[in-house]
Amino acid sequence: MTLADLKPGQSARIEAIDTSTAAVVRLMVLGLVEGVDVRFQHAAIGGDPLEVSVYGSSISIRKEQARQFRIAESPDGG
Amino acid sequence: MGEHGEFGFPASQIGIRRRARSSIAVIGNPNSGKSTLFNRLTGLRQTTGNYPGVTVEKHVGVADLGTSAVELIDLPGIYCLSGESADEQIAVDVLLGRVPDMPAPAGLLVVVDSTHMYQGLYLLEQLLELRLPTMVALTMSDVALAAGLSVDLPALQARLGGIPVCEVSATSGHGMEELRQALASLSSTAPPAYPQSWPELSRGAEILSGRTGGGLARIDVIQGLLHPGSDPDRVLCDALGEEAVRSSRDELFGSAPPQAVEARTRYRWVQGVLAQAQFHTPLLARMNARLVRWINRPWPATLGFFAVMVLMFQAVFSWATPLMDVIDVAASGLGQWVTLRFGDGVASSFVADGVIAGVGSVIVFLPQILILFLFIIVLEDSGYLARAAFLMDRLMRSVGLSGQSVIPMLSSFACAVPAIMATRVIPDRRDRIATILAAPFMTCSARLPIYALLIAAFVPNQAVGWFNLQGLVLFGLYLLGIAGGLVTARLLKSSALKGPKPQFMLALPEFRWPNLQTVAIKLMDRARIFLKRAGTVIFAVAVVVWALAYFPRLDAPALPAERAPVAAAQASAPAADQQAANQLAQSWLGRAGRSLEPLFTPLGWDWRVASAVIAGFPAREVVVAVMGTIYAVGSNADEASLASRLRAATWPDGRLIFTLPMALGMMVFYALCLQCAATVATIRRETNSWRWPLFAWTYMTVVAYLAALMVYQLGTFLVP
Ligand SMILES: Nc1nc2c(ncn2[C@@H]2O[C@H](COP(=O)(O)OP(=O)(O)O)[C@@H](O)[C@H]2O)c(=O)[nH]1
Repeated sequence: MTLADLKPGQSARIEAIDTSTAAVVRLMVLGLVEGVDVRFQHAAIGGDPLEVSVYGSSISIRKEQARQFRIAESPDGG
Repeated sequence: MGEHGEFGFPASQIGIRRRARSSIAVIGNPNSGKSTLFNRLTGLRQTTGNYPGVTVEKHVGVADLGTSAVELIDLPGIYCLSGESADEQIAVDVLLGRVPDMPAPAGLLVVVDSTHMYQGLYLLEQLLELRLPTMVALTMSDVALAAGLSVDLPALQARLGGIPVCEVSATSGHGMEELRQALASLSSTAPPAYPQSWPELSRGAEILSGRTGGGLARIDVIQGLLHPGSDPDRVLCDALGEEAVRSSRDELFGSAPPQAVEARTRYRWVQGVLAQAQFHTPLLARMNARLVRWINRPWPATLGFFAVMVLMFQAVFSWATPLMDVIDVAASGLGQWVTLRFGDGVASSFVADGVIAGVGSVIVFLPQILILFLFIIVLEDSGYLARAAFLMDRLMRSVGLSGQSVIPMLSSFACAVPAIMATRVIPDRRDRIATILAAPFMTCSARLPIYALLIAAFVPNQAVGWFNLQGLVLFGLYLLGIAGGLVTARLLKSSALKGPKPQFMLALPEFRWPNLQTVAIKLMDRARIFLKRAGTVIFAVAVVVWALAYFPRLDAPALPAERAPVAAAQASAPAADQQAANQLAQSWLGRAGRSLEPLFTPLGWDWRVASAVIAGFPAREVVVAVMGTIYAVGSNADEASLASRLRAATWPDGRLIFTLPMALGMMVFYALCLQCAATVATIRRETNSWRWPLFAWTYMTVVAYLAALMVYQLGTFLVP
């Protein structure tokens, strides 16, 4: 499962990241790294881009990059 | 202006007035409250806030700390030291002392939003590698309190190597006294030898720095290691040899991209610190938090965006009218008074027809411009512009750009100049240039006068379904501008500016009630810039246009009424007007118009229209005033009489000049043409070459001409 598969309001923990593109690395610099809990807030019309939040900060991210973030659903659901 | 205002000086003078005293850089994430804090500390009145691009002007100010004073530099917000966009690059360059004539800062005031410490502490850890005296201002303490967040300051300070940390609220002023004290003793504060988040990197870089014999500082080595292929990397390889650099890199980062490893390592550390030093007492989900969540859902958000846009344009037209009428009446009254009082000699004509009419015709738009800017500033200060970028990313992607281009394009409805400066946040140069070239197509406030005049004169004021035909035409012109900009971006992005698909990642600030003081300061700033422009550029253009229309004079015999009393001249107004028209016909401007007339006849323009359009090239705002002069209604006519003159104007063979197709074509011309020297100059400055401004000007003029030609010819063919 990847970040792109979450439903609005769902939380998950990032498990692994494919770092082969620069765009993904830039998202990591904003704090989307392995081990962190993220919450998918909602998407724009058409389901892309997505708004995810990490430690209370919202970040806009395109689906294409979201697919590079593998996740495990967090125990607390969300 | 505070009492220390005189210490501040414009960015342009930094090189000149640079004194030995070194300064402290104010640095932090975007939206961390940096500018607000800077304003609080310096009392320097200047533009603040997250309007992208504005802080790229180096804001320097002096903070009064009681017994001493320090100079502060406000830098653009950044998340890391990689410098992707022009804005970020400047911040990094200043921090590392790479800006000519500007020594590296003597200390750092790192601004960390206490509700977004996660990203703030990441940047702080990178900054500690600079080994400068550093302190932290934890801003937005009021917001943190309301959100149930609290910080264990001693614990946090210990993890940061003992540097001073002050909790402040820049809006309420809470904690400012402690902050000032800490700033006063900052120079004697020793930075920690190594930040704790990634000691392996710090130590490794220190060793390599030692091997260069101190030629490269630790931070230079780190920048080189982290950014393969960059300038710092090349410098590092020159100093140590490629082999040594490669093996250090392998050791530190393995096979992953260096910045990814840095993010993993430092953020893991930040997570540990937050777990230890920040506490969250969940409060009941408040009503407005739930409301915000609902509003942010896709459909409500998108519909809301369009509603905001409609409200904005509605406001610009309906709220501004009364104020504009007042200014209009005042300007023409003043002009009339000058003519009555001083007769119609050269000097009086210069003042009345040149200065008052020319500048007045521009100042009339101050209310509209301020209302537009009020909306843009409020939208931006409340964090809404970033939302607009998020919502519109999809649309922008279809023309090869990203949501980040939306913010400049929205500002462009007010004026293209600040909009072009706002493109500095766009990381990719190609995307940035495509946005810069698309922005001037948006209908800026300077295009409104000519639209208003021609629509009122030639479009029937009748209802079409629920709408008014005049309103629809105006709306269509706005759409035409938007379409022109988007098509241009699309064409450029698939030809000259072809490049990798633009990325879109953006931190979305939460909604915040705009700070009244910030909004007021920024609005005043806009008004000042506009009035200054009216007083300089527009003034100059008006004077030149006046002179071109006034000289050479008709021969004396042709002016029998010259010495006649003013009252008599007014009584025989048509004769005087006729004479003015004759004068114009043989003036320099008229001659230019007549010699270029063949070029414009296919658009249905006679030499008079052509003259007005030529006069409008430096600043399109003046065109209505010029038409006023040209159509012999003088400076004192109101719009209605000008409209009726236009309606009556004929070709020598008696055909009407201003037919509906011709007027529509002319509006289309104005919608698409780049008639603004300030925009051209700004494009030149921002792209650092003459190539793009020349291209933009030629391209837009040709497109405007062809479109006007098509509208006129088709229209005349369909409606003979
Ligand atoms: N409540 C509150 N709002 C603040 C504080 N400091 C700044 N703001 C607001 O936060 C927003 C961003 O601040 P600004 O200074 O423009 O951030 P910058 O981008 O870092 O320069 C603005 O709307 C400010 O009015 C604070 O201490 N408390």
